[in-house]
Amino acid sequence: MSLRDGPLSDIKPPLTWLAVAALALALIAAAALFIGDRRDDAHAGVATARRTSDSALGTVGGVLSAPIHWLGGLGDAARDYVFAGVQNHQLRRDLVAARSWRDEVYRLRDENARLSALLGVRTDPPIPMVFARTVLDARGPFANTRIADVGAARGVIEGNPVLSQHGLVGRVTGVARDICRIMLLTDIESRTPVLIARTNGRAILTGDGGPNPKLAYLRTHDALREGDRILTSGDGGVLPRGLPVGVAVRAFDGGWRVALDSDATPIDFVQILLFKDFSQLAPPQALAPAVLPPTATGAPVEAPPPAAALPPPTAGKAPPANAGAAEAPTPKPPAPKAPAGGKTP
Amino acid sequence: MASITVQPPNPANWLVKPALYCVAGSILLALPVRIFGLQPPEPVFAMAPAFAWAAIRPSVLPPFALLGLGLFQDALWGGPAGLWPLCLLTVYTLGFTVRRALAGESLWALGAWYGAVCALGFGLGLFLVSLMSGEIPSLVGVALQYAVTVALFPLSWLLIERYEDADVRFR
Repeated sequence: MSLRDGPLSDIKPPLTWLAVAALALALIAAAALFIGDRRDDAHAGVATARRTSDSALGTVGGVLSAPIHWLGGLGDAARDYVFAGVQNHQLRRDLVAARSWRDEVYRLRDENARLSALLGVRTDPPIPMVFARTVLDARGPFANTRIADVGAARGVIEGNPVLSQHGLVGRVTGVARDICRIMLLTDIESRTPVLIARTNGRAILTGDGGPNPKLAYLRTHDALREGDRILTSGDGGVLPRGLPVGVAVRAFDGGWRVALDSDATPIDFVQILLFKDFSQLAPPQALAPAVLPPTATGAPVEAPPPAAALPPPTAGKAPPANAGAAEAPTPKPPAPKAPAGGKTP
Repeated sequence: MASITVQPPNPANWLVKPALYCVAGSILLALPVRIFGLQPPEPVFAMAPAFAWAAIRPSVLPPFALLGLGLFQDALWGGPAGLWPLCLLTVYTLGFTVRRALAGESLWALGAWYGAVCALGFGLGLFLVSLMSGEIPSLVGVALQYAVTVALFPLSWLLIERYEDADVRFR
């Protein structure tokens, strides 16, 4: 006799209705979570939950990926051993090419230093960085993020740019004590201001979950060409200017996309630039509001720091981080404005 | 009058264990591994039990298990909280709605149903992410993830075969 014909087939408990009620409840909870949550949400509860889950997942990922990294290193060593001859030949050719580049660099460095001194260009100081290893990797169409094994304990904060050895990878979007989450340039929510090196045009690099982000809001006086270098523009102060991003490639739909430099190698190891904003590129004292002599009413007047109060640049050399500390900005009357388009003698 | 006793399947077997397998599988495939320079696929493991649980029997527990699994996926992949719970619960809801039609179907018919409800689940994800970010995600990326998720149908089928007849009240 089949079970369908048994006496139990007549029993119709209200379990179905309970299941429907549970389903409705779960759907409402999920919808409420989705509506109330954004990845850039600064709400304390959400941020704490994210930090906690990232820490737990990062720890698990770190433990599980350790043997994989070890095996990967072993594989690399074996490959290097087997292909040592080919690599040696390639390295010799690269060395010959690098020597010619070196001479060119010496010449350009000298020229750059002289021109910088002549124009009074203030070069940015080097930005400190920390190295990290990624332990978990999400690469689906709806989210492209990674978890790296350094966090707030090493000075990482949200917004820090992340680079591989070849170019920009993304930026930090979440930080716990020893873990941080990196949003890749390919993430659907990633928006990065970039410039086209040849034309100095501007665009917004827009991720869509695919391997090649789009160049949106392209503004350039000269038409973009296949292979044009794309760098960060520094617009908006989110990222420093000039970080390598990739090269322009024509998409199937006729639009422009970017073949990312960071795709050239696996991004297991990354550098996180401890860049907060452009204010850290200048001495703090130079940015402090200067107090002018009291006016007739006796009230002190605050003025923006005059450009002349900044320390003069050293040719070819980045000023130290505390440059200008000993030179407190001296109150001076504002300098007369140069005529538009006029040259400074 | 003889008393009737019903022995429902143990939730630890048909709910907890598959959910843990999904968690383990998701974490393993999220490790930064490259094999011959290629990254492993990234299927949505939880869609297989979401379809199977709907087909096996009505229960109070699967929606909440899917809510938890979806939140785990969001935390693991760094997406907005609630995205994958909604997609998984959509798959479950659709499967639950057609569960009478699924009873006794062949492997291929079940596979077709699975592909169809998964497509709607991914479609909802595509719609929500587009709405949220103002940008349509890469359709190639969505299609690839959908394809590897559909390839997990044998796991869903095994779960259905194992527990479909476990509770005679819902045959």
